[in-house]
Amino acid sequence: MPYRLLKFALARRHPEPRMFRTHARLKPSYDVVIIGGGGHGLAAAYYLARDHGITDVCVLEKGYLGGGNTARNTTIVRSNYLTPEGVRFYDESVRLWRDLSAEFDLNLFYSTRGHYTLAHTDASLRTMRWRAEVNRHLGVESRVVDVEELRRALPMMDLSAGGHAPVLGALYHAPGAVARHDAVAWGYGRGADLRGVEIHQQTEVVGIELEGGAVSAVLTTKGRIATRTVLCAVAGSTPRITRMVGLSTPITIQPLQAMVSEPLKPWLDPIIVSGSLHVYVSQSARGELVMGASLDPCELHSTRSTFDFTEGLASHMLDLFPFLSRVRVLRQWAGMADMTPDFAPIMGTTPVTGFYLDAGWGTWGFKATPVAGKTMAWTIAHGRDHELIRAFNLSRFTDFRLTGEKGAASVGH
Amino acid sequence: MKLLRCPVNGLRPISEFVWGGEVRDMPDPDAVSDAEWAHYVFDRSGVPAVKREWWYHVPSGVWFIAERDTVADRVLRTYPYGGDA
Repeated sequence: MPYRLLKFALARRHPEPRMFRTHARLKPSYDVVIIGGGGHGLAAAYYLARDHGITDVCVLEKGYLGGGNTARNTTIVRSNYLTPEGVRFYDESVRLWRDLSAEFDLNLFYSTRGHYTLAHTDASLRTMRWRAEVNRHLGVESRVVDVEELRRALPMMDLSAGGHAPVLGALYHAPGAVARHDAVAWGYGRGADLRGVEIHQQTEVVGIELEGGAVSAVLTTKGRIATRTVLCAVAGSTPRITRMVGLSTPITIQPLQAMVSEPLKPWLDPIIVSGSLHVYVSQSARGELVMGASLDPCELHSTRSTFDFTEGLASHMLDLFPFLSRVRVLRQWAGMADMTPDFAPIMGTTPVTGFYLDAGWGTWGFKATPVAGKTMAWTIAHGRDHELIRAFNLSRFTDFRLTGEKGAASVGH
Repeated sequence: MKLLRCPVNGLRPISEFVWGGEVRDMPDPDAVSDAEWAHYVFDRSGVPAVKREWWYHVPSGVWFIAERDTVADRVLRTYPYGGDA
């Protein structure tokens, strides 16, 4: 065995196949150029090739595949949103998620856990009743549960939250799930690659050329690409790309931090969210508690972590789960979030012909990976917005027709 | 960034401050088109830069201007608002 291992290590060619091919150089032109090799960009490439037969596509990634916000979220998938447009969109995503492992022949560890959003005030309980009604009207399983039911379902939780924020009830969303985030990017990447899409890592976009209000070329650190169609899927850095085509958007960048504990025996099956305490937590398949809180309070283009965050989140975790006081934090990180004024994404066509946006993914992007890819691929193939994303078009900010998801998007906004 | 210098109260912990967004000129609502007004209401400069921002010192109720590098998260200088926005 050691000899085989040594031979393997020294061998120039490894028998283990890579997830996708590497390409020595860019071609001079492609039908579609996708900027951003995260889950969303790769999913769009996958569905373009699979559903629409558009395979002359390249995905450009500044860093490495799935190394941005795809790797930095807390992997929660749910569809209990507030607006009918949001609920329909995310519900379609949940449906797609369920079949992805089989479709990719790659285990995404998609695990349906159930999702509790705790209400500590009458106002939040009212929003939850509203969400439950909208959800059920659209066939999504959500209901408001009372404290007695919570006590039975979550005996390990302090329902008084340390005495200062008693839980009054919760919104229970049975389809709430978690998944292995890296595998999502790899699965879409491999699927796209097998169908002829080229993935170029370490390739940064430095400019976009326009001709008469339409996209004509993309300039990269590895050369110029002539193309008439560009998809911008770089949530967290969107304003840098939209500036290249002279498009103004409401997006500002704020960091969202997260952390994980050391691995524990399985004790927390559902996902727990508290908007008032600024906590969301689930236990991963490895036993680590994956925890997140609210956005950092000002604009910042950096993925630095702070001690303030760890301290604040740990304190709120202890309000709900006092027995965790001796559990250690293993690591923490941050991602840059594209924030929009109404907490809904910005998707679809733009005033620049051939320039499509998949942006404004704030703190709600991971769960939308499959449906965003699918609807953006449709939108690019047909040159008009897919019906599920019409409410998310950039034009809503000139028409004063926002899609208000603030009450359901995340915590602490 | 852990400390911020309030032009009135001096160096204070960042937890005492609230960010108020970039300083922007408001166009005359009667003189601009709906599209220009919408641009003012919603659109922001989301690109990294050194920006002039509103900051608020909560305990003393002081609004002031800070020039901050939004990549390094470093404040270059702070000063009271002088009607120059």
